[in-house]
Amino acid sequence: MSAADDPHTTSKNSVIEMTKTVTTETVLDTPLTLGSHTFASRLIVGTGKYATFELMQECLAASEAEVITVAVRRERLVDSDGRNILDFIDLERFTILPNTAGCFAADEAVRVARLGREILTNLENPGADWVKLEVLGDTRTLLPDPVATLDATKQLVADGFQVLCYTTDDPITAKRLKDAGATSVMPAGSPIGSGQGILNPNNLRICLEYLKEDDADYPVIIDAGVGTASDVSAAMELGCDGVLLNTGIAGAKVALTMAHAMKLACRAGRYAYLAGRIPKKLYATASSPERGVVTPRGPN
Amino acid sequence: MKVILNGEETEVPVGQSVSDLLDTLSIRTKGIAVELNLEIVPRAEYAACLLSDGDHLEIVTLVGGG
Repeated sequence: MSAADDPHTTSKNSVIEMTKTVTTETVLDTPLTLGSHTFASRLIVGTGKYATFELMQECLAASEAEVITVAVRRERLVDSDGRNILDFIDLERFTILPNTAGCFAADEAVRVARLGREILTNLENPGADWVKLEVLGDTRTLLPDPVATLDATKQLVADGFQVLCYTTDDPITAKRLKDAGATSVMPAGSPIGSGQGILNPNNLRICLEYLKEDDADYPVIIDAGVGTASDVSAAMELGCDGVLLNTGIAGAKVALTMAHAMKLACRAGRYAYLAGRIPKKLYATASSPERGVVTPRGPN
Repeated sequence: MKVILNGEETEVPVGQSVSDLLDTLSIRTKGIAVELNLEIVPRAEYAACLLSDGDHLEIVTLVGGG
Protein backbone atom coordinates (compact mmCIF):
# COMPACT_ATOMS: atom_id res chain seq x y z
CA MET A 1 0.00 0.00 0.00
CA SER A 2 1.41 3.39 -0.93
CA ALA A 3 1.49 6.25 1.55
CA ALA A 4 -1.28 7.97 -0.41
CA ASP A 5 -3.62 5.00 0.02
CA ASP A 6 -2.93 4.53 3.71
CA PRO A 7 -5.83 6.05 5.65
CA HIS A 8 -3.52 6.45 8.65
CA THR A 9 -1.31 8.88 6.76
CA THR A 10 -2.78 12.34 7.04
CA SER A 11 -1.08 15.53 6.06
CA LYS A 12 -0.88 18.21 8.73
CA ASN A 13 -2.64 20.65 6.42
CA SER A 14 -5.83 18.66 6.20
CA VAL A 15 -5.94 18.32 9.98
CA ILE A 16 -5.67 22.07 10.38
CA GLU A 17 -8.45 22.72 7.83
CA MET A 18 -10.68 20.30 9.70
CA THR A 19 -10.19 22.27 12.92
CA LYS A 20 -11.09 25.64 11.45
CA THR A 21 -14.58 24.54 10.49
CA VAL A 22 -15.69 23.62 14.01
CA THR A 23 -14.08 26.04 16.46
CA THR A 24 -16.84 28.62 15.98
CA GLU A 25 -19.43 26.19 17.39
CA THR A 26 -18.17 26.31 20.98
CA VAL A 27 -20.79 28.97 21.79
CA LEU A 28 -23.41 26.20 21.96
CA ASP A 29 -22.21 24.84 25.29
CA THR A 30 -21.80 25.92 28.90
CA PRO A 31 -18.42 25.58 30.65
CA LEU A 32 -17.37 22.50 32.62
CA THR A 33 -17.13 23.25 36.33
CA LEU A 34 -15.03 20.96 38.49
CA GLY A 35 -15.03 22.32 42.03
CA SER A 36 -13.36 25.73 41.89
CA HIS A 37 -12.13 25.18 38.32
CA THR A 38 -13.98 26.10 35.13
CA PHE A 39 -13.07 25.03 31.59
CA ALA A 40 -14.42 25.44 28.07
CA SER A 41 -13.13 22.00 27.02
CA ARG A 42 -14.76 18.84 28.33
CA LEU A 43 -11.87 16.62 27.30
CA ILE A 44 -9.13 15.87 29.80
CA VAL A 45 -6.07 14.14 28.39
CA GLY A 46 -3.16 12.25 29.86
CA THR A 47 0.50 12.81 29.09
CA GLY A 48 1.76 9.21 29.29
CA LYS A 49 2.95 6.74 26.68
CA TYR A 50 3.84 9.19 23.92
CA ALA A 51 6.74 8.21 21.69
CA THR A 52 8.33 11.64 22.20
CA PHE A 53 7.68 14.73 24.29
CA GLU A 54 7.35 16.69 21.04
CA LEU A 55 4.50 14.46 19.85
CA MET A 56 2.83 14.76 23.25
CA GLN A 57 3.06 18.53 23.00
CA GLU A 58 1.42 18.55 19.56
CA CYS A 59 -1.34 16.17 20.66
CA LEU A 60 -2.12 18.17 23.79
CA ALA A 61 -2.51 21.27 21.65
CA ALA A 62 -4.65 19.47 19.05
CA SER A 63 -6.95 18.03 21.72
CA GLU A 64 -7.70 21.58 22.92
CA ALA A 65 -7.78 20.14 26.43
CA GLU A 66 -7.20 22.59 29.25
CA VAL A 67 -6.60 19.96 31.91
CA ILE A 68 -3.84 17.39 31.55
CA THR A 69 -2.97 14.57 33.90
CA VAL A 70 0.53 13.68 35.08
CA ALA A 71 2.03 11.10 37.43
CA VAL A 72 4.38 11.61 40.38
CA ARG A 73 7.54 9.50 40.29
CA ARG A 74 10.99 9.33 41.84
CA GLU A 75 13.47 11.69 40.24
CA ARG A 76 15.92 9.70 38.13
CA LEU A 77 19.22 10.14 39.89
CA VAL A 78 21.42 8.48 37.29
CA ASP A 79 21.41 8.28 33.50
CA SER A 80 19.02 11.20 33.23
CA ASP A 81 19.04 12.72 29.76
CA GLY A 82 18.14 15.99 31.43
CA ARG A 83 14.79 16.25 29.69
CA ASN A 84 11.82 16.77 31.94
CA ILE A 85 8.18 16.67 30.83
CA LEU A 86 7.78 20.16 32.30
CA ASP A 87 10.00 21.54 29.54
CA PHE A 88 7.23 20.55 27.12
CA ILE A 89 4.18 21.75 29.04
CA ASP A 90 2.97 25.33 28.99
CA LEU A 91 2.10 25.89 32.64
CA GLU A 92 0.24 29.08 31.81
CA ARG A 93 -2.07 27.23 29.45
CA PHE A 94 -2.73 23.94 31.18
CA THR A 95 -4.13 23.15 34.59
CA ILE A 96 -2.19 20.11 35.74
CA LEU A 97 -4.13 17.27 37.35
CA PRO A 98 -1.68 15.04 39.24
CA ASN A 99 -2.73 11.43 39.66
CA THR A 100 -1.95 8.77 42.24
CA ALA A 101 -1.40 6.07 39.63
CA GLY A 102 0.48 3.05 40.89
CA CYS A 103 -0.96 3.25 44.42
CA PHE A 104 -2.58 0.16 45.85
CA ALA A 105 -3.40 1.42 49.36
CA ALA A 106 -5.17 4.50 50.70
CA ASP A 107 -2.13 5.74 52.65
CA GLU A 108 0.12 5.45 49.58
CA ALA A 109 -2.33 7.47 47.53
CA VAL A 110 -2.62 10.18 50.19
CA ARG A 111 1.17 10.40 50.36
CA VAL A 112 1.53 10.69 46.57
CA ALA A 113 -1.30 13.26 46.39
CA ARG A 114 0.54 15.45 48.90
CA LEU A 115 3.79 15.16 46.93
CA GLY A 116 1.94 16.15 43.77
CA ARG A 117 0.42 19.12 45.55
CA GLU A 118 3.86 20.21 46.75
CA ILE A 119 5.27 20.07 43.19
CA LEU A 120 2.37 22.04 41.72
CA THR A 121 2.46 24.58 44.55
CA ASN A 122 6.12 25.21 43.75
CA LEU A 123 5.23 25.55 40.07
CA GLU A 124 2.41 27.97 40.98
CA ASN A 125 0.00 25.95 38.85
CA PRO A 126 -3.73 26.09 39.68
CA GLY A 127 -3.74 22.27 39.81
CA ALA A 128 -2.11 22.41 43.26
CA ASP A 129 -5.50 22.10 44.97
CA TRP A 130 -6.77 18.90 43.37
CA VAL A 131 -5.90 15.29 42.59
CA LYS A 132 -7.03 12.47 40.37
CA LEU A 133 -7.33 9.73 42.96
CA GLU A 134 -6.53 6.21 41.82
CA VAL A 135 -6.27 3.43 44.36
CA LEU A 136 -6.01 0.19 42.46
CA GLY A 137 -6.99 -3.31 43.49
CA ASP A 138 -4.47 -5.35 41.56
CA THR A 139 -1.96 -5.11 38.73
CA ARG A 140 -3.74 -7.40 36.28
CA THR A 141 -7.03 -5.53 36.04
CA LEU A 142 -5.91 -2.13 37.35
CA LEU A 143 -9.48 -1.89 38.59
CA PRO A 144 -10.08 0.49 41.49
CA ASP A 145 -10.21 -0.80 45.05
CA PRO A 146 -13.51 0.77 46.13
CA VAL A 147 -12.93 0.43 49.88
CA ALA A 148 -9.44 1.96 49.76
CA THR A 149 -10.62 4.65 47.31
CA LEU A 150 -13.38 5.69 49.72
CA ASP A 151 -10.93 5.75 52.63
CA ALA A 152 -8.41 7.85 50.66
CA THR A 153 -11.16 10.21 49.49
CA LYS A 154 -12.16 10.95 53.08
CA GLN A 155 -8.55 11.59 54.10
CA LEU A 156 -7.82 13.85 51.14
CA VAL A 157 -11.06 15.84 51.47
CA ALA A 158 -10.20 16.40 55.15
CA ASP A 159 -6.79 17.63 54.02
CA GLY A 160 -8.35 20.26 51.73
CA PHE A 161 -8.01 18.51 48.38
CA GLN A 162 -10.58 18.65 45.62
CA VAL A 163 -10.74 14.95 44.85
CA LEU A 164 -11.57 13.60 41.40
CA CYS A 165 -12.21 9.93 42.04
CA TYR A 166 -11.41 7.19 39.58
CA THR A 167 -13.83 4.35 40.32
CA THR A 168 -15.77 1.50 38.76
CA ASP A 169 -19.13 2.05 37.09
CA ASP A 170 -20.90 0.76 40.21
CA PRO A 171 -23.62 3.29 41.13
CA ILE A 172 -23.53 2.56 44.87
CA THR A 173 -19.78 3.11 45.09
CA ALA A 174 -20.17 6.26 43.01
CA LYS A 175 -22.76 7.60 45.45
CA ARG A 176 -20.61 6.77 48.47
CA LEU A 177 -17.68 8.65 46.95
CA LYS A 178 -19.83 11.69 46.28
CA ASP A 179 -21.19 11.55 49.84
CA ALA A 180 -17.58 11.41 51.11
CA GLY A 181 -16.98 14.76 49.45
CA ALA A 182 -15.48 13.88 46.07
CA THR A 183 -15.51 16.90 43.74
CA SER A 184 -16.18 14.61 40.80
CA VAL A 185 -16.79 10.89 40.45
CA MET A 186 -15.02 9.40 37.45
CA PRO A 187 -16.28 5.92 36.56
CA ALA A 188 -14.24 3.76 34.21
CA GLY A 189 -15.84 2.96 30.85
CA SER A 190 -13.71 -0.21 30.85
CA PRO A 191 -10.29 -1.17 32.30
CA ILE A 192 -7.43 1.36 31.98
CA GLY A 193 -5.76 1.25 28.58
CA SER A 194 -8.03 -1.57 27.37
CA GLY A 195 -9.71 0.41 24.59
CA GLN A 196 -12.93 -1.50 25.18
CA GLY A 197 -15.01 1.67 25.35
CA ILE A 198 -18.17 2.00 27.41
CA LEU A 199 -18.94 -1.56 28.52
CA ASN A 200 -21.97 -0.89 30.68
CA PRO A 201 -23.93 2.17 29.59
CA ASN A 202 -26.82 1.13 31.81
CA ASN A 203 -24.68 1.32 34.93
CA LEU A 204 -23.44 4.71 33.82
CA ARG A 205 -27.01 5.88 33.36
CA ILE A 206 -27.75 4.89 36.93
CA CYS A 207 -24.53 6.55 38.13
CA LEU A 208 -25.59 9.75 36.38
CA GLU A 209 -29.09 9.57 37.81
CA TYR A 210 -27.88 8.95 41.37
CA LEU A 211 -25.08 11.49 41.32
CA LYS A 212 -27.15 14.24 39.75
CA GLU A 213 -30.57 13.69 41.33
CA ASP A 214 -30.20 16.43 43.96
CA ASP A 215 -27.50 18.30 42.13
CA ALA A 216 -27.85 18.45 38.34
CA ASP A 217 -24.48 20.17 37.96
CA TYR A 218 -22.49 17.52 39.85
CA PRO A 219 -19.72 16.60 37.40
CA VAL A 220 -19.33 13.00 36.23
CA ILE A 221 -16.32 12.23 34.05
CA ILE A 222 -15.70 9.00 32.18
CA ASP A 223 -12.16 7.96 32.97
CA ALA A 224 -10.42 5.01 31.34
CA GLY A 225 -11.07 2.48 28.63
CA VAL A 226 -11.83 4.85 25.77
CA GLY A 227 -10.48 3.38 22.52
CA THR A 228 -11.72 5.63 19.78
CA ALA A 229 -13.83 8.67 18.96
CA SER A 230 -17.22 6.93 19.11
CA ASP A 231 -16.49 5.83 22.70
CA VAL A 232 -16.03 9.47 23.69
CA SER A 233 -19.23 10.49 21.90
CA ALA A 234 -21.12 7.60 23.51
CA ALA A 235 -20.05 8.74 26.98
CA MET A 236 -21.00 12.34 26.28
CA GLU A 237 -24.34 11.36 24.73
CA LEU A 238 -25.24 9.57 27.97
CA GLY A 239 -24.91 12.90 29.75
CA CYS A 240 -21.43 12.61 31.22
CA ASP A 241 -19.83 16.00 31.78
CA GLY A 242 -16.46 15.09 30.34
CA VAL A 243 -14.08 12.35 29.32
CA LEU A 244 -10.56 11.67 30.55
CA LEU A 245 -8.36 9.60 28.26
CA ASN A 246 -4.73 8.96 27.47
CA THR A 247 -3.90 5.72 25.63
CA GLY A 248 -6.67 6.25 23.06
CA ILE A 249 -4.64 9.13 21.64
CA ALA A 250 -1.07 8.22 22.62
CA GLY A 251 -1.42 4.66 21.32
CA ALA A 252 -3.13 5.48 18.00
CA LYS A 253 -1.19 4.91 14.78
CA VAL A 254 -1.31 8.62 14.06
CA ALA A 255 -1.70 10.12 17.51
CA LEU A 256 -2.06 13.70 16.32
CA THR A 257 -5.02 12.89 14.07
CA MET A 258 -6.63 10.93 16.89
CA ALA A 259 -6.21 13.94 19.18
CA HIS A 260 -8.33 15.93 16.73
CA ALA A 261 -10.82 13.08 16.47
CA MET A 262 -11.23 12.86 20.26
CA LYS A 263 -11.72 16.61 20.55
CA LEU A 264 -14.43 16.59 17.87
CA ALA A 265 -16.09 13.47 19.28
CA CYS A 266 -16.31 15.04 22.72
CA ARG A 267 -17.97 18.11 21.28
CA ALA A 268 -20.26 16.06 19.00
CA GLY A 269 -21.42 13.83 21.83
CA ARG A 270 -22.01 16.80 24.09
CA TYR A 271 -24.04 18.66 21.47
CA ALA A 272 -26.08 15.55 20.77
CA TYR A 273 -26.80 15.21 24.48
CA LEU A 274 -27.83 18.86 24.76
CA ALA A 275 -29.94 18.59 21.61
CA GLY A 276 -31.80 15.51 22.91
CA ARG A 277 -31.83 12.47 20.69
CA ILE A 278 -34.95 11.01 19.08
CA PRO A 279 -36.34 7.90 20.75
CA LYS A 280 -35.39 4.54 19.27
CA LYS A 281 -38.32 2.83 17.53
CA LEU A 282 -38.62 -0.66 16.12
CA TYR A 283 -40.23 0.34 12.82
CA ALA A 284 -39.43 2.91 10.19
CA THR A 285 -40.89 6.41 9.90
CA ALA A 286 -40.58 8.04 6.47
CA SER A 287 -38.79 11.37 6.29
CA SER A 288 -40.34 12.30 2.93
CA PRO A 289 -44.09 13.05 2.60
CA GLU A 290 -46.28 10.02 2.04
CA ARG A 291 -48.78 12.03 0.01
CA GLY A 292 -48.21 12.83 -3.64
CA VAL A 293 -46.00 9.82 -4.40
CA VAL A 294 -45.85 9.33 -8.21
CA THR A 295 -46.40 5.58 -8.02
CA PRO A 296 -48.60 5.07 -4.95
CA ARG A 297 -48.36 1.79 -3.06
CA GLY A 298 -51.16 0.25 -1.11
CA PRO A 299 -50.75 -0.67 2.56
CA ASN A 300 -49.04 -4.07 2.86
CA MET B 1 26.87 9.00 56.89
CA LYS B 2 24.29 7.09 54.95
CA VAL B 3 20.76 8.09 53.92
CA ILE B 4 18.18 6.12 51.97
CA LEU B 5 17.62 8.24 48.88
CA ASN B 6 14.76 7.13 46.62
CA GLY B 7 15.11 3.64 48.03
CA GLU B 8 18.90 3.43 47.55
CA GLU B 9 21.47 3.61 50.34
CA THR B 10 23.56 6.68 49.57
CA GLU B 11 26.71 8.07 51.25
CA VAL B 12 26.47 11.79 52.00
CA PRO B 13 28.81 14.12 53.93
CA VAL B 14 27.89 14.89 57.55
CA GLY B 15 26.09 18.23 57.88
CA GLN B 16 24.69 18.15 54.36
CA SER B 17 21.46 20.06 53.77
CA VAL B 18 18.73 19.18 51.28
CA SER B 19 19.99 22.08 49.12
CA ASP B 20 23.56 20.72 49.20
CA LEU B 21 22.34 17.29 48.16
CA LEU B 22 20.27 18.66 45.27
CA ASP B 23 23.32 20.64 44.10
CA THR B 24 25.58 17.58 44.34
CA LEU B 25 23.10 15.55 42.29
CA SER B 26 22.55 18.41 39.80
CA ILE B 27 18.80 18.30 40.42
CA ARG B 28 17.06 21.56 39.68
CA THR B 29 14.44 22.59 42.20
CA LYS B 30 11.80 23.36 39.54
CA GLY B 31 9.17 20.64 39.42
CA ILE B 32 10.28 18.54 42.36
CA ALA B 33 9.09 17.73 45.85
CA VAL B 34 11.25 16.49 48.69
CA GLU B 35 10.01 14.23 51.45
CA LEU B 36 12.13 13.53 54.52
CA ASN B 37 11.02 10.63 56.74
CA LEU B 38 7.49 10.87 55.29
CA GLU B 39 7.21 14.62 55.92
CA ILE B 40 7.28 17.04 52.99
CA VAL B 41 10.10 19.59 53.15
CA PRO B 42 8.83 22.94 51.79
CA ARG B 43 11.12 24.46 49.17
CA ALA B 44 11.91 27.45 51.37
CA GLU B 45 13.43 25.07 53.94
CA TYR B 46 15.80 23.14 51.66
CA ALA B 47 18.85 25.11 52.79
CA ALA B 48 18.05 24.90 56.48
CA CYS B 49 17.01 21.25 56.48
CA LEU B 50 20.03 19.17 57.52
CA LEU B 51 20.21 15.46 56.88
CA SER B 52 20.96 12.88 59.55
CA ASP B 53 22.36 9.38 59.33
CA GLY B 54 19.64 6.88 58.37
CA ASP B 55 17.21 9.47 57.01
CA HIS B 56 14.74 8.32 54.41
CA LEU B 57 14.61 10.84 51.61
CA GLU B 58 12.40 10.90 48.53
CA ILE B 59 12.91 13.31 45.66
CA VAL B 60 10.03 13.15 43.20
CA THR B 61 9.04 14.90 40.01
CA LEU B 62 6.27 14.79 37.42
CA VAL B 63 6.25 12.31 34.55
CA GLY B 64 3.77 11.49 31.81
CA GLY B 65 0.68 9.72 33.10
CA GLY B 66 -3.02 9.18 32.55
